[in-house]
Amino acid sequence: MKLPNISATPVSRRVFAMGAFSAVTAVALSACGADNKPATSSPTPSDLAAGGASTITMWVDAERAPALKDIAAKFKAETGIEVKLVVKDFSAVRDDFITQVPTGKGPDLIVGPHDWVGKFVQNGVIAPVELGDKAAAFTATSIRAMTFDGATYGVPYSVENIALLRNKALLPAAVTTFDEVVAAGKGVVDAGKAQYAFLVGLDPKQGDPYHLYPLQTSMGSAVFGTDAQGEYDAKQLVIGGPEGIAFAKKLVEWGDTGSKVLNSNITGDIAKEEFKNGKSPYYLTGPWNVPDLQAAGIDLAIDPLPTAGDHKAQPFVGVNGFFISAKSANALATTSFVTNYLTTEDAQDSMFTTGGRPPALIASFKKAAKDPIVEAFGKIGEGGVPMPAIPEMDAVWNDWGATELDLIKGKADPATAWPKMADSIKSKIGA
Amino acid sequence: MTLAPQTTDDAAVATSPAPSQLKRRPRQFKDHGPDSLKGILVKIVLLGLVDAFAVYVMMMLFMAQSWVVLAIAAAVTVLINWIYLRKGGLPAKYLAPGVFFLVVFQVFVVLYSGYIAFTNYGDGHNSTKEDAISAIQIMAQTRVPDSPAYQTSVLDQNGELFLLFTSPEGVVTMGSATEPMSTVTDAVTDGSGKAISVPGYDTLNFNQIIARQDAILDIAVPVSDDPAQGSLRTPDGTTSFAFKPSMTYDAATDTFTDVETGATYTDNGEGAFAAADGSQLSTGWKINVGFDNFVRAFTDPTLRAPLLSVMLWTFTFSIASVILTFALGLFLAITFNRDDLRGKKVYRVLMILPYAFPAFLSGLVWSGILNPQFGWLNQTLLGGAEIGWLTDPVLAKISVLVVNLWLGFPYMFLVCTGALQSLPTELDEAARVDGAGPFRVFRSIKLPLLLVSIAPLLIASFAFNFNNFNVIYMLTGGGPRFEDTTRNIGSTDILITLVYKVAFGQGTGRDYGLASALAIIIFIIVATVSAISFKQTKALEEVNR
Repeated sequence: MKLPNISATPVSRRVFAMGAFSAVTAVALSACGADNKPATSSPTPSDLAAGGASTITMWVDAERAPALKDIAAKFKAETGIEVKLVVKDFSAVRDDFITQVPTGKGPDLIVGPHDWVGKFVQNGVIAPVELGDKAAAFTATSIRAMTFDGATYGVPYSVENIALLRNKALLPAAVTTFDEVVAAGKGVVDAGKAQYAFLVGLDPKQGDPYHLYPLQTSMGSAVFGTDAQGEYDAKQLVIGGPEGIAFAKKLVEWGDTGSKVLNSNITGDIAKEEFKNGKSPYYLTGPWNVPDLQAAGIDLAIDPLPTAGDHKAQPFVGVNGFFISAKSANALATTSFVTNYLTTEDAQDSMFTTGGRPPALIASFKKAAKDPIVEAFGKIGEGGVPMPAIPEMDAVWNDWGATELDLIKGKADPATAWPKMADSIKSKIGA
Repeated sequence: MTLAPQTTDDAAVATSPAPSQLKRRPRQFKDHGPDSLKGILVKIVLLGLVDAFAVYVMMMLFMAQSWVVLAIAAAVTVLINWIYLRKGGLPAKYLAPGVFFLVVFQVFVVLYSGYIAFTNYGDGHNSTKEDAISAIQIMAQTRVPDSPAYQTSVLDQNGELFLLFTSPEGVVTMGSATEPMSTVTDAVTDGSGKAISVPGYDTLNFNQIIARQDAILDIAVPVSDDPAQGSLRTPDGTTSFAFKPSMTYDAATDTFTDVETGATYTDNGEGAFAAADGSQLSTGWKINVGFDNFVRAFTDPTLRAPLLSVMLWTFTFSIASVILTFALGLFLAITFNRDDLRGKKVYRVLMILPYAFPAFLSGLVWSGILNPQFGWLNQTLLGGAEIGWLTDPVLAKISVLVVNLWLGFPYMFLVCTGALQSLPTELDEAARVDGAGPFRVFRSIKLPLLLVSIAPLLIASFAFNFNNFNVIYMLTGGGPRFEDTTRNIGSTDILITLVYKVAFGQGTGRDYGLASALAIIIFIIVATVSAISFKQTKALEEVNR
């Protein structure tokens, strides 16, 4: 580099440039920290443009955004109100919403599973939605899932639950009990046509109580009891009862030290891969894996969930829906969009077409159920129970998963480990 | 930032008239050089851009009515202008950017964490008391059971808003925020039987409704004299329902009263409304709790036992990681430092590969490789042995260390290679002449000299590994779990993953207050250890004297 004869100039200029840059950043950053409340204008009623100038902000994840684009466009065409879709990372939506709403910078509306509702209510960031007579148009399970403390908090749009997937090429006929499933599966393995009698994605580090729940409920054990209104009651933790211990004993029987039907080393990914390769006749999973399996050329049948005891096998049902912020500056427009637009058959149809999740609106579900797979999943869902939305549920997962994992590995005694787990959960939630 | 080409200066200097140069000469003895015309222009333009942007941002802040930030932004802008426009003060021109970033990214973050550590911020204490009260009131609005839905139109008369209701039976009534319910006989209905207008009133269309939504949402028209029948409200401007609050708030006494049971809930001083029997309303608010979080960190029985073992493991993990990565990196650096080695470049590139992978990804991949049954390690290398690399407490710790060694040695390899290059070869030769063997040369000459330049990096590496969240979280998630606590804490958890679990509620809900308190404790530990170590490294530098 050829130095000019006045050496201070380039240096001070460089410093200056850096300083300029940092000043810009300074101001920008301080702006980031600002408490930007959208300036709400109150135009005169005759001023239509001002009325139509308002926008509704909605947080969606990338997967659902396309389905909502059309509806948003339609809403804008009819009312002049723009629905701004902000695509967020699904894993961060819940916590971001809770953090952002109090600052006034949160969205008017978000999409998510119903089991978020408890946390939202606890943090005061969500407003109830009155569906009125429209509630009857939705499946009972989906409305029950969205109901918390006697009020409806969201508009449901899809219902999800697991089912037993069967590879027709390996096993042509369906059976009902879990013992029969295992026996049929073993038959296929013994015939040398498969490697595993039965697959379910667990996790060598945390277990997976969600997928094993239908087996647990079929033995009469649940997590929380329900109150008179049919809502989960945190005060009634029933998981530690004798039925639960019976289920715990079964886990040991099915696990590493027993028949090895449940294998905790098989993660969700491995289970999917092995089933895709035709290594097992059975796979316990949800509709989210179906498209990939069909693309891999597996001839699928959706069987009812197998029972391990003499009760019904009830899976957890997850209901996706729309929730309105408690501090929405645009509450009436948002409510109108949610209750009058997103509840329509068109909207629910279009969300099914792009998302592939069975619709919560009965009319749309009937249309979607022309696909036997959707129909089968839906039928199983009708017998399911909503995933508990009470905040106390958060405290259950870890102990529950870890204990089931120990039992499957044969490292724990069901008679002591299961009640200990129940006590541990009780101490956390103060039940 | 790119540097402007230097030639412009030469040109500017060359073309500038001589007299001005003569005039400027005396100034050369001050702490800044004379500015060329171009230099001044560039300065003015850049500063102008900055100020334009600053003014724009300040206007936005003014619109948003955030006065504090506005004042800070204005002060910062003035300060920046003053620093770069004044004649002297060259050190400030150098230091300003660095100091600024230090304040924003370090000091502010530490202070803010400190502030949160003294609050009960977390699930259920998410915002201000006002917000909590309004949220409880919103949620307490419940629809009167079995009450009908009324089709609704919104009317306007001289600026006052009225709601026009049509009951399912076709009875038309209207009311406003001030006028009680009255029956309407001369309403105009549409095809479906819904009343849409009344002579003497303007019917609002949807856009007009949206424009005045706040006023419309506030209208509550009592259904009758019996308060049990509730008040009609419209959430969307087209349908109304009879709502009745299940909780009423009395601002004078600052209490909520449950309409059904009559229980009163008062502010219990802990950021929540509580009844006499101790039951709380679930929505609370953020308050300052003093040193409670710090006390909890050391006294909470579910935290105390694991905290000690987690602390020990954190130190073990970070110190062992530094020693192992340094040892391997140095060994390889010396090995590959021979001049007569062929294909050195290829080896070095291969060495750096693990460093080039994001730790996130590597953690997940290793987690798969170490799967007890299906992992490549057990399946392929150990012939199907089912060793629980990540599920046995001791093996999991070893696995974490090994994976971190794999991730970390390339960095040490790089810095050691660099440091070795700078060692004078004469020392080596002189030592050999004196009859020292290669190991003796390494121990007495190379290593001390290396440590002079590398010791600060080792301290930095320690601080980094002390908070090496990615490896732990992606590989083991902190597991396998401890048996002696109800918290989801395991034998490979280090302090930072424990803080994460506390903060983001891997079990009992998020608790930012406690997590910030723990983070402050971590900060104090790391700062102390680093300060002591830096003092020690000063001793190393005496080698050079």
